[in-house]
Amino acid sequence: MTCKKTYEEINEKIRQGEAVVVTAEEVIGIVEEKGYERAAKEIDVVTTGTFGPMCSSGAFINFGHSNPRIKMKKVWLNGVEAYAGIAAVDAYLGAAQLPDTDPENKVYPGRFSYGGGHVIHDLVAGKEIRLEATAYGTDCYPNKKVDTIITLNDVNEAFIFNPRNAYQNYNCAVNLGDRTLYTYMGILKPHLGNASYATAGQLSPLLNDPYYKTLGIGTRIFLGGGIGYVAWNGTQHHPNVLRGENGVPMATAGTLSVIGDLKQMDPNWLVGLSYIGYGATMAVGIGIPIPILDEEILRYTAVKDEDIYCPIVDYNEGYPYSKPIDLGLANFKALKSGKIIINGKEIKTTSQSSYPRARIIAATLKQWIQDGTFELIRPVAPIPSAEADIEFKSIPERSVEGFFLNGNGRD
Amino acid sequence: MKNKVVLYFSAAQSEQPIIYRLVKNYDLVVNILKADINPQKQGYLVVEMEGEKDKYQEGISFLKGLGVIVESLSETVVWQEDVCIQCGACASFCPTEALEINRETMEISFNNSKCVVCGMCLDCCPTRAITLHFDIRGLV
Repeated sequence: MTCKKTYEEINEKIRQGEAVVVTAEEVIGIVEEKGYERAAKEIDVVTTGTFGPMCSSGAFINFGHSNPRIKMKKVWLNGVEAYAGIAAVDAYLGAAQLPDTDPENKVYPGRFSYGGGHVIHDLVAGKEIRLEATAYGTDCYPNKKVDTIITLNDVNEAFIFNPRNAYQNYNCAVNLGDRTLYTYMGILKPHLGNASYATAGQLSPLLNDPYYKTLGIGTRIFLGGGIGYVAWNGTQHHPNVLRGENGVPMATAGTLSVIGDLKQMDPNWLVGLSYIGYGATMAVGIGIPIPILDEEILRYTAVKDEDIYCPIVDYNEGYPYSKPIDLGLANFKALKSGKIIINGKEIKTTSQSSYPRARIIAATLKQWIQDGTFELIRPVAPIPSAEADIEFKSIPERSVEGFFLNGNGRD
Repeated sequence: MKNKVVLYFSAAQSEQPIIYRLVKNYDLVVNILKADINPQKQGYLVVEMEGEKDKYQEGISFLKGLGVIVESLSETVVWQEDVCIQCGACASFCPTEALEINRETMEISFNNSKCVVCGMCLDCCPTRAITLHFDIRGLV
C-alpha cells in the first residue's frame, strides 16, 4: 500500500511533538538502510539548506518621517544608495549596490570592500548606520535633507525581499583563456587553472524537490536565520531544461523569490561579501522543509551528490559572449572531492557556497520543527514547473533610430 | 633580486627623498606595501625592492649609510575563524595546503606552520576573513 500524508496530518504530528524530521543528508542513509517505501512511511519532513552568494537580494525599509516630513528623492545608508523611487520614506536597498565613491574596477581588479549586503548585515547586527537623504521639497513634504544615525530598531519596517535566490543548480565556472579572470564565481586561473562551483548539492532546497511539488507561493522557510516565505518564483526561473532520470536539472533552472522580516533575522545568515574584480554581494542562508507527502517526494529528497550534474562553462568567452563551448558536465561528488577531470586534465575545484553552513541550516530547521515552533504551510499557488513553456529571453537588439518619429515612441 | 624589507626612519631621516634616490641612483623597482611616516616624526616603510643584485646591495648600503634601520620583513597570515563562512573558496589557491578542506565535513582549517605567506588567499576570500599582518617592531 502506498503511503500518503497531508500537510495537516504532518502539522498535527509536529504539534504533538511526534513528527519524524531528518535532514536532506540524513535521509540518504535512512533510505539506504530501510528502502524508499519504509522511509516514506516513517519520515514526515526532510529539511534542506543552502548558504552562498545571492546577488539578487535586498531589503525594503520604511524609515519613518523626519520633522518636517520629507519625500526622499535619494537616500544612502552608510554611503550606499538605496532606491527611493517609491513612497516618501520607503526605500529598497540592494545587496549588490556600491557606495557612490567606490573606485570600482578603475584600479583593476577592484576590492569592493563594502556594499548593500554589508549594510544589511550591519543593520541586522544592530550596528549604527548613517542615514542620508535628499529631496526637492513639496508643500506636504517640505524637508530637503536628512543626515542622521539610525539602527534597525529605529525604522518602522525592514523586510528582506529577494527577487532571485536558491538557484536550482549552477554552472561550474572555468577559464580557457590565458589571463586570470575575476568573476562572480571568484578568481578563475587561466588555462583551466581551477573550476569554481556553487550550491549545496544534496542539501540544496530545489535539488531535493526538483519539480517544486511541495514548495510554492506561501511556503514557510528558514530565511537569514529567521522565518521567511516563498513569495513567487524567482527571476530567471527557467524550469524546462535538460533533466536527469531523477528529475534533477543539469543546468541552471528554477529560482525562488523570498520575503521575510529583517528584524527577526541573524547577522550570521546575512553576510556581506566582496568579490575581487566583480563587486559586492551578500551570502543568504535559506532552508526549506519538504513534507514527505508520498514515496515519490521521498525519492526526490534522497538525491545524492553523485546523482547531481552541472554544466562546465568557460567564463573567458563562453559565458560573457554567449559562445556555445561544450565542456561537458561536472559531477557534484567529484566537485566536492576537490578535483575534477576536464579535457583529460585534473583540475582543482573551488567552492563558493558553504556546505558546512548549509548543514547547520538544515539541522536548525529540523530542530525548529521538532520543537513545534515551525509548522509547514501548504502553498497557496504553485510555481511553474518543467512542463511550463518558459522561454529564456535576452535583450532584443533593435535600432532606436526614428523611434520618436514613426509613431511608436512618445511625442 | 627581490626582497620585502622594513625600513625604520628617525624623525630627521623622514624628511629626505630616500625612495627617489633608490629608484634614480640604484635603478631599483620599489613597491611600498605599507607606510607610517610623517614629517618630523619617526616612522617605517614596508617595501618590496627589486633590482640587479649589485645595485640592490648598493641601495641597501646607501640606506644603512643614512642611518636607516633595514630589516627583512616578517609577515603573518591570520585566519579569522569568526569572520569565515566556510565557503572554501581559498583552499584551491593555497599552494602548501595550509588552508585545507576536510573532505568529510567540508570544513576549512588553517595550519599556520605550513603557511609560506604567499598571499594568494587574501584576494579570493569574499568575507576578507584572511588578513596579512606585517610584524613591525615598536619604535623607540
